[in-house]
Amino acid sequence: MNKIISLFCGIIFGIGLVISEMINPEKVLGFLNIFRDWDPSLAFVMMGALFISTPVFHLFKNKKKPVFSSNFSIPTNKDLDKKLIIGSIFFGAGWGLIGLCPGPAITSIALLNMSSVIFVLSMFTGFYIASKIN
Amino acid sequence: MNIVNFTPLPALTGGLLIGLSVALFFVLNGRMIGISGIASNLLVSKDNRIDNFLFLVGLILGPLIYNLISGKEIIISISNSLILLIIAGAMVGFGTKLSSGCTSGHGISGISRFSLRSIIATITFMLVGILTVLITGTL
Repeated sequence: MNKIISLFCGIIFGIGLVISEMINPEKVLGFLNIFRDWDPSLAFVMMGALFISTPVFHLFKNKKKPVFSSNFSIPTNKDLDKKLIIGSIFFGAGWGLIGLCPGPAITSIALLNMSSVIFVLSMFTGFYIASKIN
Repeated sequence: MNIVNFTPLPALTGGLLIGLSVALFFVLNGRMIGISGIASNLLVSKDNRIDNFLFLVGLILGPLIYNLISGKEIIISISNSLILLIIAGAMVGFGTKLSSGCTSGHGISGISRFSLRSIIATITFMLVGILTVLITGTL
């Protein structure tokens, strides 16, 4: 059952990225272009998502277990360390250069766009390098 | 500052779907979605490997199913500078793995949990993203 849910949740997430147009890097760069011509759409995407995920998380976090799994797996790290800040700086800079973050980048592979494929391959290389450092 | 190309309704609708996906994944499978975490763990960890793989397959099926149902073509505009794509992709991969999260993992799942780490990460990558666009003047 977990596997069907994983696939299903991926599909819903992917469709969400398409409908919100966050799959389009131009839309994301429009959001980051706050000092010139600003497109606030991304903020509304996050508000829409948080509107559902926040209450559901807090309603269910103290339940014994999830419906189809033996236990909840919630991040426990609370350290405000260098890795968090340096990583976020690298991510923000890469994000601002092209307008792609991991979700839209992987989803846009569906459009068989060569630029997306190159970006994703390079992103996986980045994952690998960081995992070796950790 | 001028407001341009603002599409509040599709943004909100798409956002609700993304939130629904995060909520269902948590309630049913017990995990908080972060795309960088799912993708990077598929590469470097044996845990939940099939689940992670299927989630990413679902992500890629999303646009195809949307296209099939709505009949609408999905158009994106993306840089074709090879060197920029490689540099930016590597920075996004490296940065999200180092900080354990991206726009979904920190920005949505983390903020849903009121995690201070995620709030700080989200503010940081947004500010740096804004600064980067300001400097490069991409648009």
